[in-house]
Amino acid sequence: MRDRRRGPLASIGLHTTLILASAVAVFPPLWLLVTSFKPKGEAFSTDVIKDPTLGNYGHVLGDTEFPTWFGNSLLVVGCTTVLGVFIAATTGYAVSRFRFPGMRPLMWLLLVIQMFPVAILIVPLYTIMSTLGWLNQPVSLIVTYLTVAVPFCAWMMKGYFDTIPVDIDESGRVDGLNPFGAFWRLVVPLAKPGIAVTAFYTFITAWAEVAYASAFMTGEENLTLAAGLQTFVNQYTSDWGAMTAAAVMIATPAALVFAWVQRHLVAGLTAGATKS
Amino acid sequence: MTVDIGRTAKPPGRIRTALARHWYAWAMVAPVVIVLGLIIGYPLGRGVYLSLTDADETNVERTIGINHLPATYRFTGLDNFTAVLKDEVFLDRLLWTVTWTVSCVAVTFCLGLGLAVLLNRRFAGRAVYRSLLILPWAVPAFVSVFAWRLLYNERNGILNKLLDGGGIDAVPWLNDPTLAKVSVIAVNVWIGVPFMLVALLGGLQSIPGERYEAAEMDGASPWQRFRHITLPGLRAVSSTVVLLSTIWTFNMFPVIYLLTRGGPGDTTEILVTYAYRISFVNSPRDYAGASAWGVLILLILLLFAVVYRRALRKQGEV
Repeated sequence: MRDRRRGPLASIGLHTTLILASAVAVFPPLWLLVTSFKPKGEAFSTDVIKDPTLGNYGHVLGDTEFPTWFGNSLLVVGCTTVLGVFIAATTGYAVSRFRFPGMRPLMWLLLVIQMFPVAILIVPLYTIMSTLGWLNQPVSLIVTYLTVAVPFCAWMMKGYFDTIPVDIDESGRVDGLNPFGAFWRLVVPLAKPGIAVTAFYTFITAWAEVAYASAFMTGEENLTLAAGLQTFVNQYTSDWGAMTAAAVMIATPAALVFAWVQRHLVAGLTAGATKS
Repeated sequence: MTVDIGRTAKPPGRIRTALARHWYAWAMVAPVVIVLGLIIGYPLGRGVYLSLTDADETNVERTIGINHLPATYRFTGLDNFTAVLKDEVFLDRLLWTVTWTVSCVAVTFCLGLGLAVLLNRRFAGRAVYRSLLILPWAVPAFVSVFAWRLLYNERNGILNKLLDGGGIDAVPWLNDPTLAKVSVIAVNVWIGVPFMLVALLGGLQSIPGERYEAAEMDGASPWQRFRHITLPGLRAVSSTVVLLSTIWTFNMFPVIYLLTRGGPGDTTEILVTYAYRISFVNSPRDYAGASAWGVLILLILLLFAVVYRRALRKQGEV
């Protein structure tokens, strides 16, 4: 970071640019928040705050399936996160520490799978779920989200394990621990922050998944939040008030979690690049 | 503790030696290999098979209530692929997908870099600007898209009301083919800038300050310092973030699907959303056709991945 003198003109230019950019960044969510407090039927009035009301929130929580969707989302996303981290943890460690036959293809595979678009897997997964009779069941989304979560978690955790000095495992091995023991007793406790970041980012990603959720779940009571939010504003109805209130309630927990993990997140995502 | 071996082991008991040396590494990766084989390998194989059949909504195996209906679709070879490639729709969508990806990534990168350079210095309010600027990343993308729909709304949206105040007619943000394309790109850029900004800021901070001081002493202008110190210093980080964001943008389903549903017509439909339209929106749902699209998209991405791998290898990764 440099610390040089700036002329007043440069200073004004710097702040003007940043204020403008910040305004653009903040305005859409802010407007969503403001709109959510407007009385029913006045979603589009330009008065910033005239008769603020919690009516939209009451309506969403009381008269719609929103609480059910919230529960569905929590269940699906929670299971995905726990299973994803659990399945992927040892793999992240193995590819971080050992050179073994099959390692390069495995890393390659983990990368390539993350590039898989929904378009390739969605149809076969849909027909498989339909054959199994799992459509409209949370389990179908959990299995589906794992296709994204497992490679992602393995990749992220490898990055975190790379930052833990190998001396630690080695001293454990000298003390008679086998590789599993060294991993479980020494490395996992040290990697807890990294594992937490991986888990929370998986959580946020699955929380915001739209395509599978819209295709696999039908019937009001089976939807997740991402699919449910679409029902407020579509070609038949447009209840913008309810939509904005629901959106605020969906975004707030995600944003709080995000604020907490974001500092560590970029380090994980770009771990390969910043390492010399 | 780098256990490097395997290739050098000699035939007598070679497999046994490898097993003895590597069994724990293999045991550790086994869960992922098994799970991915089941939930990705199998569906992928099925998808490829479906692309060679005439499967649609009416003839696949399915369970309705307690009735189990067997599959009746037939194998048709490469018919789907010839049909897709002969049709102009695929080329059109491919062209727009590439335009969409390139313009989104380019604009996002430039904005992110510009803001990162501005933020990479000490001044009052820096932390505040930083948190405000990354806000779009904190909001789930599908929520942001609905926020933008609120702004873009043609009759009542705030954007058109502001323009109206300035005496300008309402702009059909999402209903005019060209404007809709610009609008979806704008939203995706808005969503993508924070990640670029934070990643590049991290990259900037890892460039040693002495280099700038030395350059300054040699009389290098700000532009020369940017060109010869900042940009090379950011190479590693930027190649990673550009590749990541290229993949994300290419597959960016929610922005297009929720903002315009691919409309007006199918002008903003990218490959991924169009394949989704074929399989779940159009009636009857054409599973075979959508699978063929999926396979073609996979081939395009694999081609891209090969280039990606080469780039990574140059950096000594993978």
